[in-house]
Amino acid sequence: MSGHATYQPKNKALQWFEKRLPLGGLIYSSFVSYPTPRNLNYWWTFGGILSFMLAVQIITGVVLAMHYTPNTALAFDSVEGIMRDVNYGWLLRYVHANGASMFFLAAYLHMFRGMYYGSYKEPREVLWILGVILLLLMIATGFMGYVLVWGQMSFWAATVITNLFSAIPGVGHAIVTWLWGGYAVGNPTLNRFFSLHYLLPFVIAGVVVLHVWALHVAGQNNPSGIEPKSAKDTVPFTPYATIKDGFGIMVFCIVFAWFVFYIPNYLGHADNYIPANPAVTPSEIVPEWYYLPFYAILRSIPNKLLGVIALFSSIAILAFLPWLDTSKVRSARYRPVYRQFFWLFVATCIMLGWLGSKPPEGIYVILARIFTFYYFAYFLVILPLLGVFERTKPLPNSIAESVLGAKA
Amino acid sequence: MNMQHRILATVAAAGFAIAFAAPAFAQLAEQEPPPHLQWSFSGPFGQYDQAQLQRGFKIYREVCSNCHSLNLIAFRNLAEPGGPGFSEAQVKKIASEYKIKALNDKGEPIERPGRPADHFPPPFPNDLAAKAMFGVAPPDMSTLAKARTYQRGFPWFVFDIFTQYQEEGPDYIAAILKGYKQPPKGFHLPPDGHYNEYFPGHNIAMPPPLTAGQVKYTDGSPETMDQYSKDIAAFLMWASEPHLDARKRIGFQVMVFLIVLSGLLYFTKKKVWHDVEHPREVVHGQDPAKTTI
Repeated sequence: MSGHATYQPKNKALQWFEKRLPLGGLIYSSFVSYPTPRNLNYWWTFGGILSFMLAVQIITGVVLAMHYTPNTALAFDSVEGIMRDVNYGWLLRYVHANGASMFFLAAYLHMFRGMYYGSYKEPREVLWILGVILLLLMIATGFMGYVLVWGQMSFWAATVITNLFSAIPGVGHAIVTWLWGGYAVGNPTLNRFFSLHYLLPFVIAGVVVLHVWALHVAGQNNPSGIEPKSAKDTVPFTPYATIKDGFGIMVFCIVFAWFVFYIPNYLGHADNYIPANPAVTPSEIVPEWYYLPFYAILRSIPNKLLGVIALFSSIAILAFLPWLDTSKVRSARYRPVYRQFFWLFVATCIMLGWLGSKPPEGIYVILARIFTFYYFAYFLVILPLLGVFERTKPLPNSIAESVLGAKA
Repeated sequence: MNMQHRILATVAAAGFAIAFAAPAFAQLAEQEPPPHLQWSFSGPFGQYDQAQLQRGFKIYREVCSNCHSLNLIAFRNLAEPGGPGFSEAQVKKIASEYKIKALNDKGEPIERPGRPADHFPPPFPNDLAAKAMFGVAPPDMSTLAKARTYQRGFPWFVFDIFTQYQEEGPDYIAAILKGYKQPPKGFHLPPDGHYNEYFPGHNIAMPPPLTAGQVKYTDGSPETMDQYSKDIAAFLMWASEPHLDARKRIGFQVMVFLIVLSGLLYFTKKKVWHDVEHPREVVHGQDPAKTTI
């Protein structure tokens, strides 16, 4: 963090405070004087958007928790009570439910951006791994939040997902019983999910602090993928990045508001407006859209244990990305072959998402297997080999040259 | 190809792949989709039609409520803004016409007339009693219009984001009410089932609940199945989403605010970044390597 020692408040009281706790200096060096590459594009605003979404989720969530009752007999009706009788409760709940989707949308775009520009490469490996941990925490938090509604899809998603652990040989069933706090998904399950759903966002906030810290140590990557070499390559965070992030967040809010106010139930499942009923299995059990690619991978493997291993591997493999990608060049701008495989990977994720929403039969299974194969081959075969065989384009000498050279 | 083109190409490729594969799955979607009806509450400026909600309530009260509960709705809701718009006096009168189970001062079970704060009493004492009568317990109607839908399929589910189509529930309910038909030849219908064109699997336990002319309207609206099915579906949508009017009204205000603020931020950003993106030296034809910001 640069510029730490240079900050000196003008106000006497603030000077007194700064001597004892240099909080102002920390904020100043992190969010004002912090040098950001001058060539960042709008894909770099998703970090700010994600911080904003985390704040939105925590604030709406804390207020919703004041009105929610984590008891199997009361949970569904308490959510409906929020929708009907709490002042602007419908707004809080729709913001929170759609906010989860927006949070994942932003996280996925943030990750694709990191992959496209090689942001995970040295010296940003820890930064990237912290991001993968954040994704895991988000997945756990989102899943438990969905169960709290205690509709049909909540209950059956909880049953299906917790049952995944029964695939573990020997101790699987004991683990599932332990997770449930009983012999089926029931009141103890709902209670602990509520407790953890309230806890995990603060763990996420903590890891976000580490993520931002790691970012400020290594500095931001940029579309050219080369490090800033002089002051000409960077601009101070404020006003340049603040105003750009602010604009990005506001445009994102337009999309967010579109969902909240006009199509609030589009991303949900109609069955979740039916109270949970352990005696009736829905005709189809599907997770929320942001889990669908992983769900498709799980179901594309005929063996349950191997399917579960594939599911967890599909996320865990991301943590090894800095070492699986052997290329010395970061940005896809200068990697013409990598670029093709990258967009194929994006298309694969979209297709897996669509296939995850379809019943596991006929052609759907075959397609899911093909795309699952590509998903893993991308990490395990294509990326390691590309670094060796790909002919990359020449890199510019500096960031300033990459921007101004083209324009001048 | 620049980035935008690549993204478009990727999305288009994924879309084509899905569209290409879709016909292969046609046999999975043997169900006829319900027809799209016109709803006063659809779209960005949609609001409930008070008269329609009142007619729908009349149908619920005279027909549906014989078997279906409406547990989450209180009589007072009928007078709240964005609803059927009954007056306080009307709501008091409606409530008093219902019998509510309660205890007297001695703790003995009694029945007293309803009050606006009471919820609609259920037709059966419990689910088992309801199930014994029909084989299947008639579902509670409080959230029914949001709990029912049908498969939209590709590409419609993508267009729905932009057209704001959220009326699958009411369309489905209206279609079910009009979907009773003679079963086609060769269709095996269990003795206590009824054939319905729009019900998944076509075998519905509910007998046809409504016939034309069954409910008398006082506002001159036609007493037809078309009108009945729309009116009750609209009423059930209100029961599921009582704050829809406020949501869409506030939504428009929020949208205007966000778009204006985004515009202001955009121009502020342009101004702040101007000298970075167009350094004076470069604009005046100097070597970019010698420029400073």
